[in-house]
Amino acid sequence: MTGYDLLELAVRNLRQSKLRNGLTTIGISVGVASLVAMLSLGVGLQQMATRRLAGSGLFDTVFVTSRQDFRGFDREDDAKAPHPEQAPILDEPAREKITKLPNVTEVEPEIRVMGEVISGGETHFGFVTGLPMSARVNEAFDNLKGKFFSSNNADEAILLTDFAKELDPKNPSALIGQDITLRYGERQALPQESSDRPQLAGAENEANSGDDYGFSVVRKLQKLRVVGLIDSEPYGGMRTVSRGRIFLPVGTTERLNMAQFTDMRSSLRGASGKSYVTLTVRVKDPGKVAAVQDAISQMGFRTFSVLDATKSLRRFFTVLDLFLGIFGSLALAVATLAIINTLVMAVLERRREIGVMKAIGASDQDVRRLFFTEAGAMGFLGGVLGILLGLAIGKGINFGTAIYLTRRQLPAEAVWSMPLWLVGAAIVFSIVVSLLAGLYPASRAARLDPVQTLKYE
Amino acid sequence: MSSSPVAKIVSAVRTENVTRYYPMGDSVIRAVDGVSLSIEPGEFVALLGQSGSGKSTLLNLLAGLDRPSSGSVLVHGRDLAKMSSEELARYRRNDVGMVFQAFHLISSMTITENVELPMRFAEVDRAERAQRSREALERVGLGNRLEHRPSQLSGGEQQRVSLARALANKPSLLLADEPTGNLDSRTGEDILDLIRDISLSLGTTVVMVTHERALAERFAQRLIFLADGRLVSEEVRA
Repeated sequence: MTGYDLLELAVRNLRQSKLRNGLTTIGISVGVASLVAMLSLGVGLQQMATRRLAGSGLFDTVFVTSRQDFRGFDREDDAKAPHPEQAPILDEPAREKITKLPNVTEVEPEIRVMGEVISGGETHFGFVTGLPMSARVNEAFDNLKGKFFSSNNADEAILLTDFAKELDPKNPSALIGQDITLRYGERQALPQESSDRPQLAGAENEANSGDDYGFSVVRKLQKLRVVGLIDSEPYGGMRTVSRGRIFLPVGTTERLNMAQFTDMRSSLRGASGKSYVTLTVRVKDPGKVAAVQDAISQMGFRTFSVLDATKSLRRFFTVLDLFLGIFGSLALAVATLAIINTLVMAVLERRREIGVMKAIGASDQDVRRLFFTEAGAMGFLGGVLGILLGLAIGKGINFGTAIYLTRRQLPAEAVWSMPLWLVGAAIVFSIVVSLLAGLYPASRAARLDPVQTLKYE
Repeated sequence: MSSSPVAKIVSAVRTENVTRYYPMGDSVIRAVDGVSLSIEPGEFVALLGQSGSGKSTLLNLLAGLDRPSSGSVLVHGRDLAKMSSEELARYRRNDVGMVFQAFHLISSMTITENVELPMRFAEVDRAERAQRSREALERVGLGNRLEHRPSQLSGGEQQRVSLARALANKPSLLLADEPTGNLDSRTGEDILDLIRDISLSLGTTVVMVTHERALAERFAQRLIFLADGRLVSEEVRA
């Protein structure tokens, strides 16, 4: 029998028992819909996560720390040679070396200190962080009121709007162009001939001058011109520097020698000159991140980039998709049983018809293919209906989440997305599953003995 | 009897000591028990016997619907017992036409579609299918009922459709299993008239199973009597 005749006969047979085959097809479509809805949710959530990360401007950044620091957090890293204690220190020469690496556009320390702003006779506490000039392109500055820093060395500040409201509850915008006074702790070298400098045995080799030995923290005041206000923290609050309320050019924070918490750690190392806990390396484009990361690792430092984070994120979503897929498949498994049931019923009902077809020239193969085609047709129809149903469910989920998010003053976001490959895959999967379900009924029909079925009843 | 010398060399149908046994519990039912017969091309033969005599089983063996337990069934010199199931299907499709007591039409199809069905299996193209089914239905006198469904027809008309279907692939052998069993005597005679006409005009060999001796005597050229699976006697009619 030709394929076209087969299909025509199959469709004709399916239409004979409209109700039963219709219900079975709806069963398949519910199965496909649940599978598609689940997987689309997985895909949508993954896209949302990736979108957020991309918008944060973190994809072109490598964070560098010394392997001497944060020991014990990463056993794998700790086990690598050389031992972390012998690992190089992230100091000025290292910073210069990193700056000279190909594709590196900017190397800045992460600076975050406590400070107090004196305004109208009151003091307001806040974290002060240094921002590199490249932060201008970050999405947080899309709604910048006022201007960005005029230079990396300017005595200027950008405030978080919430903080500005603390300073001037009535009209925070009026602060732009005004001067504020910042009180902070300056890190100063100890006097050369300090009397309280003990001479310890075995410490002869320790660098014994100035800043290396220890430091003082001295309270200082600095006038700053407020140039702009922003509503949200840069980098989506994902970097230490972004979690501040008062933002200064990173050059200014370095020039003012602001004392950081991490200076305590540096002073214990006994390094020569200034050293950093974390350097933020900006790369020309995200595609070069891996190479730069490699080069810096070669120098003996620990590196981290969002690339690493997305790696584990992808692993997480693979597992999530797997589980969503398994739950989604349950309904399809039930639908498979429905197909088997429907077709076995059809074989029993059409025993005589199958016998007649064999008597007038149908081969076992023709009969088998006919039932297969019927199963496949139900699978195809169920798949298409399932996609439509899944699409409706997805629209519902997105609509619901949008309302939920908007009520909470959050921007609406699509958590559900059905890519084209999923549409194709779902239909193919539905057909394949239906064909597998048709395997047993079809072979049962093919094996029917025409003599038995045609006995006069 | 009109058998040409050529036809005697290769019979249309020849069985050699054919048997068909069914195991039934501990015993064995010998439905066909060593039948040897020969039917010439174009001959109209009636198989007679009481129910349980094995005549329908023998017909099923000739139709290639069943396989013999031993012996051979030769149709135009080819042994059905040695064919694969695929070859048997092809044989049923191209060389045999079958008519049943219960008509066995497919009720969901129009009579045209019923007649076209064997041609679908034979992969005859659409246009030719339509033409041949119309011709076959016209031949049996149903040219004006092409789009009717079997349930809209009388028993005699349904048997005519069944006959048209049997002739669709132009078989050389027409097998009829009690074709008049469900019809009144008048209609039954009409059907057998038709079968005889077809046999004469197309040269089709006809083997008919019946228990109505009078009808067999009127239409068949030869009567073969079976009892307990064995051939008991033969009678040649003029």
